Amino acid sequence: MTAMNKKVEGGRWAQIKATLGAWGFMSPATFLVVVFFFIPAIILFYLSLTDLASHNFSANPLEWNFIGLDNYRRMFSDAFFPKILGNTIKYVVLTLAFFNVGLALVLALLTTNIDRRASFFFRLLWLLPRITPSVIYIVMWRRFVQTPPHGIINWFLGMFGVEHQPYWLTEAPWLFVVLVNGFVGASFGMIIFTSAIESIPKDLFTAAKVDGASTGQIIRDITLPLLKWPLLFVTTYQTLSLLVSFEYILLLTDGGPGLYNTEVWALTAYHRALRTYFGGHAWGYGAAWGAILVAIAVVASVIYMRVFQFNELVQEPKIDVL
Amino acid sequence: MAGVTFETEHGYGLRRFLGRAIPYILLIISIAPIIIGYAWVIIATFSIRTQGLMPVNAEGKFGGFTLENWAFLKDPEIWRVALNTFGIAAGMVIGVGFVASLAGYALSRMNFAGRKGFLGMTLILHAFRPGMLLIAIFIVLLFIKNSIPVIGKLFGFNTVGGVALVMISLELPLGVWLMKGFFDNVNWDMERSALIDGASRFRVWWEIILPQIKPGLAALSIFNFVSGWNAFLIPYTFTIGAKVSNLPVYLNQFSGDTSLIAWNEVAALGLFSLIPVMIFFIFTQEALLSIYGGGSKGGV
Repeated sequence: MTAMNKKVEGGRWAQIKATLGAWGFMSPATFLVVVFFFIPAIILFYLSLTDLASHNFSANPLEWNFIGLDNYRRMFSDAFFPKILGNTIKYVVLTLAFFNVGLALVLALLTTNIDRRASFFFRLLWLLPRITPSVIYIVMWRRFVQTPPHGIINWFLGMFGVEHQPYWLTEAPWLFVVLVNGFVGASFGMIIFTSAIESIPKDLFTAAKVDGASTGQIIRDITLPLLKWPLLFVTTYQTLSLLVSFEYILLLTDGGPGLYNTEVWALTAYHRALRTYFGGHAWGYGAAWGAILVAIAVVASVIYMRVFQFNELVQEPKIDVL
Repeated sequence: MAGVTFETEHGYGLRRFLGRAIPYILLIISIAPIIIGYAWVIIATFSIRTQGLMPVNAEGKFGGFTLENWAFLKDPEIWRVALNTFGIAAGMVIGVGFVASLAGYALSRMNFAGRKGFLGMTLILHAFRPGMLLIAIFIVLLFIKNSIPVIGKLFGFNTVGGVALVMISLELPLGVWLMKGFFDNVNWDMERSALIDGASRFRVWWEIILPQIKPGLAALSIFNFVSGWNAFLIPYTFTIGAKVSNLPVYLNQFSGDTSLIAWNEVAALGLFSLIPVMIFFIFTQEALLSIYGGGSKGGV
């Protein structure tokens, strides 16, 4: 009521004043978003059309050498392109299937089946990998995989009399790339699935049990079908975040062992532009790799907002123009 | 879900016991690597060498306990690095908290041209998450350093301020979404009467609304402190040398691929940098679980 009246009284001028006032609140956020998201996004796409590298470096975009789509041509004809693409798919699919969705779901089902206090404790423990500084987390894993007598895995294997005690990081690099990322990623899905399971009416489970359904049947026929949306949400969301993440791989294997064995797309962009093996930075070429990922992320998020009904999230504010 | 416990009425001893124990066993096995990793850090910190999880002395027998790995605490450099780390973390708490609560308030309470656009945009921006834009942010930071007097010295390339500013900006989309969510849940009667009595929006925000979202703000602050304290990729990319590096970057020099690793000293340094994170882990558990769940729709 009040809002309506004010609107009519104040008329157009009040509306303009209100919008200006609102943007006053918005201005610090807008400024930072423009400087560190918008401008960089534009620079990234423009960079990908130039041949900026160590030998002709300039911080002034006007001095950059425009070369059209050459970087993209070079990228798709790179000898290692198929391998890097394959690695990226492998990394995303395996981590997602076994950990970020798979294990997350198993953990949610397990923790909702035990005592509440214990369940809280286990969920908290699963946050540990996520809140441990990445460098220390990776030091732990690198200590796991060392050769005897130091390595922890081999120490346990020795207890069981296993003779084969290699340096595990070169023996099975992918296993550890997936494990390291998966242990961090699983908690996100776990928390989402747990709260989804907890919001299912208890009557459903009780009724099923009265009818003699086993725990397995209950999970298959009641819990899982009701988790369809959270599952889709976690899958799409984590696909995107895995696609652009490379920090743990950078620290664990840095793309090795050997040439590009665990090098993923995002890491390639980073390597080419900012940390090359061979000393020469190729900002332009690296930006081309990066720009493709940014484009994928934008398209995916737009689709994703459609699917998850963005409009419901942004319902009209409670206090209108006052 | 009450699950297995229901079987108590007609289950038999062993089967009942197994039914109850199996989830616990599976949960313990699955988290074991992380517990073992932490156990190693703690054991290694206080010994000369370790074999597996066993501390050993020079002869390779059990023993060899020492406090020498903590000698780094006497080095003034480590305290400067720690101070840098704290600066980034504090900058994150204050910066994201302040900027996001201003924007979150406007997005939650006011109707203005560009509101929906901004909200949609933050959601998309959240999807970028640092990685890919770093290449271009490097150019931006160089520009700030070279072309803007005074500010360039504080927030340009290779400064703690610059790192903090980039981190704040990249965390903003999530912060804005969470803050908007907190404000949405606050009843607006008090606010409305204050506005009708002629209080300014800014005063209402500061004196009436912010106090009501303290728990949410606290959770967001913990989250930001932890991500600022742990920051690796951004400081690693945008700083050179120990003068401006933070603990993770400093630690990485000693544990990187190219260096011979002094494992036990690295473990001590690691444990040192884990202290604040562990404090939050022990004392603010509810807040951690709620914020890492992502405020229902956001997510980390």
